[in-house]
Amino acid sequence: MDTGNLLLLVVVMVAVAYYMGRQRSMALARPLGGIRHLHSLPFYYAMRAALWCAIPALVVLGLWLVFDDSFIRTLVIGGLPADQLPASESARGLLLNQINNVASGALPVDSVSPAVAAAAERLGHLRQISTMALAVAVIVVGMLGAAWGWLKISPQLRARQQVERVLQVLFMLCALIAILTTVGILMSVLFESIRFFGKISPVDFLFGLKWSPQIALRADQVASEGFFGAIPLFVGTLLISAIALIVAVPVGLMSAIYLAEYAHPKLRAFAKPALEVLAGVPTVVYGFFAALTVAPFIRNLGESMGLDVASESALAAGLVMGVMIIPFVSSLADDVITAVPQSLRDGSLGLGATQSETIKKVIIPAALPGIMGGILLAASRAIGETMIVVMAAGLSANLTVNPLEAVTTVTVQIVTLLTGDQEFDSAKTLAAFALGLMLFLTTLALNVLALRIVKKYREEYE
Amino acid sequence: MDNASTLNKGQQVRRAANPLQAEGKPPMSNEHPYPEKTVGAPFVDDPKMRMRDVDVFYGDKQAIHGVSLDIGKNEVVALIGPSGCGKSTFLRSLNRMNDTIDICRVSGSLHLEEQDLYDPKMDVVELRARVGMVFQKPNPFPKSIYDNVAYGPRLHGLANKKYDLDEIVETSLRKAGLWEEVKDRLHQPGTGLSGGQQQRLCIARTIAVSPEVVLMDEPCSALDPIATAKIEELIAELSESYTIAIVTHSMQQAARVSQRTAYFHLGHLVEMNDTDTVFTKPQHSLTEAYITGRFG
Repeated sequence: MDTGNLLLLVVVMVAVAYYMGRQRSMALARPLGGIRHLHSLPFYYAMRAALWCAIPALVVLGLWLVFDDSFIRTLVIGGLPADQLPASESARGLLLNQINNVASGALPVDSVSPAVAAAAERLGHLRQISTMALAVAVIVVGMLGAAWGWLKISPQLRARQQVERVLQVLFMLCALIAILTTVGILMSVLFESIRFFGKISPVDFLFGLKWSPQIALRADQVASEGFFGAIPLFVGTLLISAIALIVAVPVGLMSAIYLAEYAHPKLRAFAKPALEVLAGVPTVVYGFFAALTVAPFIRNLGESMGLDVASESALAAGLVMGVMIIPFVSSLADDVITAVPQSLRDGSLGLGATQSETIKKVIIPAALPGIMGGILLAASRAIGETMIVVMAAGLSANLTVNPLEAVTTVTVQIVTLLTGDQEFDSAKTLAAFALGLMLFLTTLALNVLALRIVKKYREEYE
Repeated sequence: MDNASTLNKGQQVRRAANPLQAEGKPPMSNEHPYPEKTVGAPFVDDPKMRMRDVDVFYGDKQAIHGVSLDIGKNEVVALIGPSGCGKSTFLRSLNRMNDTIDICRVSGSLHLEEQDLYDPKMDVVELRARVGMVFQKPNPFPKSIYDNVAYGPRLHGLANKKYDLDEIVETSLRKAGLWEEVKDRLHQPGTGLSGGQQQRLCIARTIAVSPEVVLMDEPCSALDPIATAKIEELIAELSESYTIAIVTHSMQQAARVSQRTAYFHLGHLVEMNDTDTVFTKPQHSLTEAYITGRFG
């Protein structure tokens, strides 16, 4: 029986356990005079029986699937004659692959040595046994659990609290998944970065002013010596993000103020979702809008004023990115401004303040933490954005703060470093991980900084 | 201030009214028609505020029906009545706070001295500086105590120098009886004060712009009895320099702090008279039913 069918069977068993648990608790309640004489509702007894069935069965299934493969491999390798056993780890891997292929029929049996053919047969045999054993184990464990859950049902059993505790653990596990994923990503980036810093000194990376990751991939290849100075990339990222925020923060904040404080409710009901559509446009669409419409427009405008504008400019990418992140600022700011209590508005208006004075002096300060949150979210989007920059700002790593020149960003370089056929342990590929780590640390630092600022200046209302 | 005596006064009022209840007049609503004209003496000579035939609508629903009354100079007028009778609505139309509600419409003539409040040329901002308001729930701004009081004076440019502003803040806090409690922590947030202190801070904030009239919308309903007593004392002191209109749910409070009392019922002004008269010799059966506790 394969895993899918087995899972289906578990579901059926759980449903049966639920039904039986429910029936038994009802039957117990009837002579007592109704379900109110039970400690918990029949639902909880049924749920408890179902959980007793499901959890042990799923645990057995999960553990089996995790350890089954490596266990069988060890057995197969151990079963090989000693003289056939390769010494190195990688050769052993290759041999196992060969055995695997023979067992699955991808490789004809007569093309390999008899020892390998025998091993392949053993592998197939072991797999069959394992699948059978798994099915039996899961069914037995599930049925035992269900029986236990069913037998224990009694009017005094605190099934309600027990189900509560199981749910609590379940919620905790879900929260744990998100945290563990973050840790996992961080770890993988960190280890690759450490390998990178083994090849290139961190000082060159952090303070180098030249980015040109072209290095010889083979010993006989003629190539320039690589430069891995990350400063131009970070300057480019910050330049484009700054332009984007200069566009998005005032526009987003003011449109939020308009929507929350001045707009008629009917207009607001239409305008707010319309604004949020901006966030749903795929960034690649923004990208060609920037490259085909905005960048040429800026170049023509600049030329008419006698300025020298590159056809791919930081300004074009920044402007379009700014438009893209307007909804992050406006939507969150609108929510927090609406959440400021009416009593504060009344208090200010009652003292003879105009509406705009009230907004400036009372509402914005009270809503500041939320507004900062929105800006921060927008900033992380801007820093992490790739597509618009690839298309509109170019790939050349110029160290400049002139928004009319082409620049490149950290994310764009990560993409170009990792696309194409690359050797995975060259400095060029590993540099992508170092850049990723730096980017992560930068956004983290921004977050911490913004939280500090908000904590210091927030005006708390009750 | 002897709280005991003020409380006693309220209890005496209750007792004086109770015999009427004992006579057993059933409070059937059909038997209490609204008077054609407000019973009692709603008008005074040379009033501070003069309201005639005021109607207030929320959309199609009429909340106030043809209310006419005067608020005299330096007097405390209490507006009482059962919940939902329109006291707060009426009070909020006196400094046009109802403007913030889109569907609210006010008609009739409302004057502050000779000025028509609803004249299209009326400057609402200036009006609200002259007719200040204290709200039901203390609503200090999430700023420091100092900035709360200085908020109005700064808006209206009442102080040129820091020194002047300091003085306004101190005077206002003194008048609100809060100075001694907060003088060492003027720069801590106003939201950190207790409920009663917050409400006195809001009163200080209101009087810092030197209004002529102060409207109070159930200023003690969120406070404990001791804080309430302090606010009531304060109202008595403030009436020396300000005209005050106060909405209250507590008849004892109305009896303690006001000179004249207006009884509202479902949007109608039923009776208005000297406070003592209203509570001891109510002339309309609705008023009597309310103050004797038969409904409300």
